[in-house]
Amino acid sequence: MTLVTGTAFHVPAPGRRPGDTPDFSKIEVPRAGETRKPAVDAPAGEVTDLAYGLVRVLDHNHQAVGPWDPQLSDQELINGLKTMVLTREFDDRMLKMQRTKRLSFYMKSLGEEAVAVAAAAALNDDDMLFPSYRQQGALIARGKDLGEMMCHCISNARDNLKGRQLPIHYASAEHNWFSVSGNLCTQFPQAVGWALASSYKRSNRIASSWIGEGSSAEGDFHAAMTLASVYKAPVVLNLVNNQWAISMFQGLSGGESATFAAKAIGYGVPGLRVDGNDFLAVYAATRWAADRARRKIGPTLLEIYTYRGEAHSTSDDPSRYRPKDEWRSWPLGDPIERLKNHLIGHGAWSADEHETWRAQCEERVATTWKESIGHGTLEEGPHAPTHTMFEDVYAEQPWHLRRQRQDLGV
Amino acid sequence: MSSEIKFGRAINQALRECMAADDAVIVIGEDIAGAGGSFGVTRGLLNEFGEHRVRDTPISEAAIVGAAVGAAMCGLRPVVEIMFMDFVTLAMDALVNQAAKMRFMFGGRASAPLVLRTPHGGGLSAGPQHSQCLEAWFAHVPGLKTVCPSTPADAYHLMKAAVADPDPVIFIENKSLYGASGPAPQAENAVAIGEAKTLRAGTDLTILAYGAVCRDALKAAEMLASEGVSAEVIDLRSLQPWDKDAVLASVARTHRLVVVHEAVRDFGPAAEICAHVAEFGFFDLDAPPERVAAPFMPPPFAPDLERVFRPNAEAIIEAARRSVS
Ligand SMILES: Cc1ncc(C[n+]2csc(CCOP(=O)(O)OP(=O)(O)O)c2C)c(N)n1
Repeated sequence: MTLVTGTAFHVPAPGRRPGDTPDFSKIEVPRAGETRKPAVDAPAGEVTDLAYGLVRVLDHNHQAVGPWDPQLSDQELINGLKTMVLTREFDDRMLKMQRTKRLSFYMKSLGEEAVAVAAAAALNDDDMLFPSYRQQGALIARGKDLGEMMCHCISNARDNLKGRQLPIHYASAEHNWFSVSGNLCTQFPQAVGWALASSYKRSNRIASSWIGEGSSAEGDFHAAMTLASVYKAPVVLNLVNNQWAISMFQGLSGGESATFAAKAIGYGVPGLRVDGNDFLAVYAATRWAADRARRKIGPTLLEIYTYRGEAHSTSDDPSRYRPKDEWRSWPLGDPIERLKNHLIGHGAWSADEHETWRAQCEERVATTWKESIGHGTLEEGPHAPTHTMFEDVYAEQPWHLRRQRQDLGV
Repeated sequence: MSSEIKFGRAINQALRECMAADDAVIVIGEDIAGAGGSFGVTRGLLNEFGEHRVRDTPISEAAIVGAAVGAAMCGLRPVVEIMFMDFVTLAMDALVNQAAKMRFMFGGRASAPLVLRTPHGGGLSAGPQHSQCLEAWFAHVPGLKTVCPSTPADAYHLMKAAVADPDPVIFIENKSLYGASGPAPQAENAVAIGEAKTLRAGTDLTILAYGAVCRDALKAAEMLASEGVSAEVIDLRSLQPWDKDAVLASVARTHRLVVVHEAVRDFGPAAEICAHVAEFGFFDLDAPPERVAAPFMPPPFAPDLERVFRPNAEAIIEAARRSVS
């Protein structure tokens, strides 16, 4: 064996560590409106530049500019803004409840509200969503009862999942919302399979799914991309690059040598990078991809570029691995502030209206929480009756499980 | 008297010593370097051994274990962490079809001596996809070894044995044990893979357990003693290979057997053990062997449901009473 000198191999490391001053100067932010908008039926091979662009609509003066401006009405924008604010207030309340131990676990979507809310607005309500655990905004946008969400999170008598699932792992067939899985990325191939089945049934319903950039290392991501590409599945696949996968920065997930959107190129699928903190950009890109899907042109991968504002979950302590308050310096800003300023800028909204709405949301989630715990608390119950947990393992309870239930005196 | 150490710390200490003694030992997994692992087991290793030996990997269990097989074949001793045992499904091909069979398929000329650490078990209210006990799968695969310690000292010694072992070892850590303390390991008390330990001597029946439920077995034995029943408690510690001699010898003395595990009952490790005792210890038995295990269903999330789901001391006592009645 001949020995060579030098370092063993490359180990990516984030530029910034706890205690450092946040510094995003290495992040290139193209001007809003700069990235071109191809025709909806453009072949994948002709849009490869978009994997290195950044779809942006709102400029630094909060004006909507460029070819991607979806030209939404003020009312549509106000609805989107209101849902984002409501989502943030919901998250805040739930985090507080977790801190006081009334909830065992929670995951916030701070800074990523537009990712979910704008996508929900751009898709049809009967399109099937295969979310990860950070798209609660889309479920709220679809009108899910906040009380039901809370009741699920505390597994009380009104929990539609009967105390079986972790908090925030919502499942809501009525909202065309597939159950959140605890195992990363499994939703991607499932979304492709659902989309193909929908085509087979000659339905115009499409599927959309979300994973984080960290999850794109899983085999399921690549399997889903291949499958979607081969059959030109009517699906919109979102890869939310929020820079962090628990403690691991995006470079450890493959983001150092290429963009995540660029992964799509090898599969012959359009890959677009999108400013995830720009409601209008997320809306427009989702709409473009959804139109392609509905017109049977094929799948799209959207890299939604954003920043995870909070800890990964309530079990995680980000001060161990990244500078405190880094989110405040994120060059793409806060999605709520940006849309708010845009609306204020052309007179459709005001700071007062905004604060009034925020306060209403705060009060609404507080009241809803009180109502929800009226159906039982995590500590005291009532929960789903014990005998119910033996149900639904199979369509019919097998003899051995029935026997085991009886042995447990249930 | 010896000092106390926590379960997770004991594993950490074993890893540190193995790494200090041999450059070939590396540690890889998700969030294990800077963050020190979801349960803190690898904390401090990065600073001590550097980023090439203590490595955060992309989130791909298949890649992690597949790469560990490759590294093991290149002469390293990879210790892999799979964050929750539930995620090991994604690495099964590398384990079952590759690591386990390497030695056999290469005519004895290659092997994949890796250690796969992974937490199993409930009690944290972590729901159906973060609580499972899947050890029976591994114990059923020829070529893999499987261990599941119940005390910090055993965890330390078994980790050392696992790293030194020439074959792939699945090292299972029960989540509810991480916070538990026990006597610090003594170098002279090394534990070999496949060796059970008698936790409590008794004459009327044998309670066999492994992992966290050993504590329930001891609690049950204590209660049974107050009823005048003398229970022997054996901690299996290793599932593959398992210590049939210790079990058969105990049953030959007590004539009764209760096997306890947190994994679901049907086709679980207790089934193999009971079958073996029925085959080779049949005439020593005065009562049918009993099994105490979780019901055949996914672990539920809600704490009160999970309490019913998980086997406990009361269930062991009931089984023991049935056995001696
Ligand atoms: C198969 C599998 N492996 C590992 C985990 C543990 N885990 C949960 S979330 C997470 C990080 C995911 O990061 P990313 O995909 O970037 O999504 P984000 O949380 O940033 O939204 C990890 C490693 C898991 N749940 N499932």
